[in-house]
Amino acid sequence: MASLKFLVLAALLVICDAAWAQSPTYHLGRTPTPEEIRAWDIAISPAGTELPEGHGTAKEGEALYRSKGCAGCHGAAGSGAHAPTLIARKDVQSKAAAFCLAPCVNDSNAMAIHSPFATTIWDYINRGMPLGKEGSLSPNEVYALTAFILYKNNVIKEDEVMNKQNLPKVKMPNYDGFALPPAWKHGEPRLQGYP
Amino acid sequence: MDAKRGNRRRFLTRGAALAGLAAGGVRLAKGQTQGTPPKKIDELIAYGERSRFVTSIRVPVAERHSPDEFGLTFHVLTPLQDSSGIITPSSLFYTATHRGALVPDIDPREHRLMIHGMVDRPLIFTMEELKRLPYVSRIHFIECLGNRARPTHKTVQETHGLTSCAEWTGVPLSLLLKEAGVQNAASWIVAEGAEEVKGDSSIPLAKAMDDCIVCYAMNGEPLRPQQGFPLRLMVPGFEGIYQIKYLRRIKVVDRYYMTYDDYGHINPDAKVAALTHMIGPKSVITFPSGGQQLAGPGFYEISGLAWSGSGAIRGVEISTDGGRSWKNAELRSPALPMAHTRFGYHWNWDGKECVLMSRCTDELGTVQPTRAEAAKYWNKPLDENFRVQGADNSVQPWKITSEGSVQNGLA
Repeated sequence: MASLKFLVLAALLVICDAAWAQSPTYHLGRTPTPEEIRAWDIAISPAGTELPEGHGTAKEGEALYRSKGCAGCHGAAGSGAHAPTLIARKDVQSKAAAFCLAPCVNDSNAMAIHSPFATTIWDYINRGMPLGKEGSLSPNEVYALTAFILYKNNVIKEDEVMNKQNLPKVKMPNYDGFALPPAWKHGEPRLQGYP
Repeated sequence: MDAKRGNRRRFLTRGAALAGLAAGGVRLAKGQTQGTPPKKIDELIAYGERSRFVTSIRVPVAERHSPDEFGLTFHVLTPLQDSSGIITPSSLFYTATHRGALVPDIDPREHRLMIHGMVDRPLIFTMEELKRLPYVSRIHFIECLGNRARPTHKTVQETHGLTSCAEWTGVPLSLLLKEAGVQNAASWIVAEGAEEVKGDSSIPLAKAMDDCIVCYAMNGEPLRPQQGFPLRLMVPGFEGIYQIKYLRRIKVVDRYYMTYDDYGHINPDAKVAALTHMIGPKSVITFPSGGQQLAGPGFYEISGLAWSGSGAIRGVEISTDGGRSWKNAELRSPALPMAHTRFGYHWNWDGKECVLMSRCTDELGTVQPTRAEAAKYWNKPLDENFRVQGADNSVQPWKITSEGSVQNGLA
């Protein structure tokens, strides 16, 4: 009896260990093709894993900033228009609280530069810009516009080429200034001791 | 420039719809309490409507107008002051969008959900295939991080209208992830929508395997377009931004991805970062609430809602003297985990000026704080600049004047 119990226990432990890597039960859905995965795989890891080949500089980005209509919403100087500030103004005091419903417009606070990783900027331009023509920019254009914003906010030099290798290595001003959310566990409070 | 023209077109279309609304408003004002003109009987048989004398509507937040100058819609508030029970009607459910993408027009026959990344078997599902799988129906609230009462707000719709509660039906996310076979080194997922900006958030894998639902229905019918038709993710108790609408992709990964939606949350203080995911215990009195008028001294049933991102509501207390003393309210609905819970309290108003408050306790024993208690915890002065960290779950005071008018106690 004792050995049977032990066997059951051992079997349970094996099952628990492999709990998340189970074999399929329902056999619905199909395997996506590598092309289908590549086309949708647009969330860029801070390590840059999903970045495509391509390259761009601030100078190229400056020309695109005008030709792609960015300046129309974000202002010729990267602020002062209707859309969020991309190039921080130094002559105004930030109106922003830590979080604001209305992103900071015409402000010393450039939201894009808050991210501790330059990959966030590439990711967002690629997926979300320009307004109304999202997803239309080529990888070279996204690298160039990212370089332009980074250069104009004094994060990189004007002649630095941004590509798959360099972009994840850019040290953002906020790199050491953030805390990751803690591991989540069922049944635990948000913050022990917080009222 | 082309992009700008495109926006103007979009704005014009939406503007026409707005003009229609405005015309309805004028008619309403002239006819006084007449409501909108009755619909033909065959229309009402096909899809029922509320009485034309019931006129409760959603309104955009005042701080960021919708539609804005680009024609984009951002945050629209639910009329909590008119709510009963715990289910928000789908038409009145609050809505918030990733950069103004209000209603992508998605054909469900074309929609796909892909699961890939650190899985043994990447999978792509049609809506038909998803609906063949075992499903659950659960009642959960959603609340936006921006649901923050300000002294300038007049009504409970303005102070608390970015939360709603519905019954959600769909496939447990854990089932889909097990079907794909999650690899041992995985620790996060990135969930992504199909709207033009493709909003995405990093979500802990432990939560994804716990109680998340890939939903195709809400309150007994397919999701409304403003709620993510044909597919959305429900992450019970987490802030609204994680409840990805138009869900098209889940990538299993081994780190926080710091997406655009993620980095709006980051903070240098680890204690503040700990408040990133879940909504704290929160409650609000919906009657009597700001902007309402009491007829005179006598009996009133105080009514309100309580909810917590950490589980079920265990109890609600009411103060009718500005927080000096507290008495237990009664729960008037099932207290379901991560769901709005309705409470009630018998009250005889003596006609004197007073301040009403509610506070709740959740199943972990966490108590909803007053602003003063929150300020004390963070060691900050309690003035008008003090912001409760994380999603603001502080106690809402309603002041009753001796004339019976109800006003925001924060003002």
